Amino acid sequence: MSFEWPWQYNFPPFFTLQPNVDTRQKQLAAWCSLVLSYCRHHKLYTLDVMEAQESPVFNNKKTERKLSMEAIQVVFEELRKKGNVEWLDKNKSRCLVMWRRPEEWGKLIYQWVSKNGMVNSVFTLYELSNGDDTEGEEFHGLEEWMLLRSLQALQTDGKAEVITMDDGKGVKFF
Amino acid sequence: MDRFSWSSGLLEINETLVIQQRGVRLYDGDDKAKLDIGVALLSTHRLIWRDIKNHECCIAIPLSHIIFFEEQAAGIGKSAKIVIHLHPAPANKEPGPYQQSKYSYIKLSFKEHGQIEFYRRLTEEMTQKRWENTPVSQPIPTGTGSQAGRTRAVGIVGIERKIEEKRKETDKNISEAFEDLSKLMVKVKNILLCMFATAKEMVELSRSIANKIKEKQGDITEDETIRFKSYLLSMGIANPVTRETHGSGTHYHMQLAKQLGDMLQAPLEERGGMMALTEVYCLVNRARGMELLSPEDLVNACKMFESLKLPLRLRIFDSGVMVVQLQSHSEEEMIASALDNVSDKGSLTAEEFAKLLGLSVLLSKERLLLAEKMGHLCRDDSVEGLRFYPNLF
Repeated sequence: MSFEWPWQYNFPPFFTLQPNVDTRQKQLAAWCSLVLSYCRHHKLYTLDVMEAQESPVFNNKKTERKLSMEAIQVVFEELRKKGNVEWLDKNKSRCLVMWRRPEEWGKLIYQWVSKNGMVNSVFTLYELSNGDDTEGEEFHGLEEWMLLRSLQALQTDGKAEVITMDDGKGVKFF
Repeated sequence: MDRFSWSSGLLEINETLVIQQRGVRLYDGDDKAKLDIGVALLSTHRLIWRDIKNHECCIAIPLSHIIFFEEQAAGIGKSAKIVIHLHPAPANKEPGPYQQSKYSYIKLSFKEHGQIEFYRRLTEEMTQKRWENTPVSQPIPTGTGSQAGRTRAVGIVGIERKIEEKRKETDKNISEAFEDLSKLMVKVKNILLCMFATAKEMVELSRSIANKIKEKQGDITEDETIRFKSYLLSMGIANPVTRETHGSGTHYHMQLAKQLGDMLQAPLEERGGMMALTEVYCLVNRARGMELLSPEDLVNACKMFESLKLPLRLRIFDSGVMVVQLQSHSEEEMIASALDNVSDKGSLTAEEFAKLLGLSVLLSKERLLLAEKMGHLCRDDSVEGLRFYPNLF
């Protein structure tokens, strides 16, 4: 299943930051959704801005259009405001991409747990993300930091508790 | 002694000095002359005596005035003398030291001798009569005044005279040259006047042609109308508002604005209701012929459009570009037409749009930017240039 590009991707003005405020808002919204859906399709959790510039997302070879560095920064800033991106350094060169917010992940995990009748059970984090049981689930292969955040989100809801074990972290669902 | 006249003491060109003797006293007949001792000079033409101390004091007598002369031997206490008998003085004689004299002879008294040689030379000259072969037209003028008409001269006076003549000639040449120049100036003036008149005439002519076309609208074919369009471009303003006729300041600009309102109506309609101010400037000044407007006056006049309730407006775009547009010229229409055109072609650059509408690139770009500002268009700024697309976002 190949990634399906939105129609804007082949619309040349998409790659020029629009001066008209209203137009720009719509343009940025389109960019945000493109970046997130692209990351989701490729299961990307971190992005390097410099690398991203050369990636197909910001560089349309067919129409020979490329989003400028400044525009990319604007797009990422917009994503950060929406809570989908977190910078990993002060230079804003690397970032965590959360195409699904921790609460959403947590919900997905909890649904799976309750569906399989494993409430009150204890899991290691590795079991959840890489175990045989979770194969086929969306959260399979989720990066550990993301998984931990999702579980912490569940913990604040009182649906789980993250516990520290000898060789790592575990979680108990309620 | 009354035969003598004052002299400069200089010799004429053909005159040659024969002999001179110092220490000579003059006698008026038998009486000692009131002059001191001096130098007696004998030339081929004259007998000259000059005061020994005061060289200005110099008198002369033409040799032709001498009837005869005789020697008078020296005596005890008496110097040797030469007695010279003279013709009566001519009526036109130059003034001399004596106005009249009862004697018709003079004596040269030689205090320092030399009378023998002097006498011999005088005899020679009187027999040769060289003054007759090379006549001197007139006796040498008196010491101070120089005489006009004389061309021949020697010595300093001669040089001075020549310099004077040269100066006069130069003067004459220069004044002649200036005369030519002033003639030229008159000619140039005439030509300029002609040009002014022609320019005015042309303005009037184009006006009359315009009227004729209006009258005979039916008779004239489309072809001819098009041909006349070029003339109409310079449709003249017969009585342009000038500072001379309307003073300066606000009143002038108001009148100017009114005239511009009349004048620009047709061209604006022709151009789709909008003209850049530079274009207006050219058109107006062409129509005005000689009474040219300054850019400042034009802008100030255009600023009056609104307060005068004229159907025109001066519009300043965000970029600073100034245009004159018809009031009826609606913005929505302009934007809609821009959007239509862009949608038709898919995308347009300002240049393409300008070609499509027959507008200037500057104005077409302003229109596109306006449409973008209103959110109807969006841009694609790439290495290929700025393109406008319909806003699909």
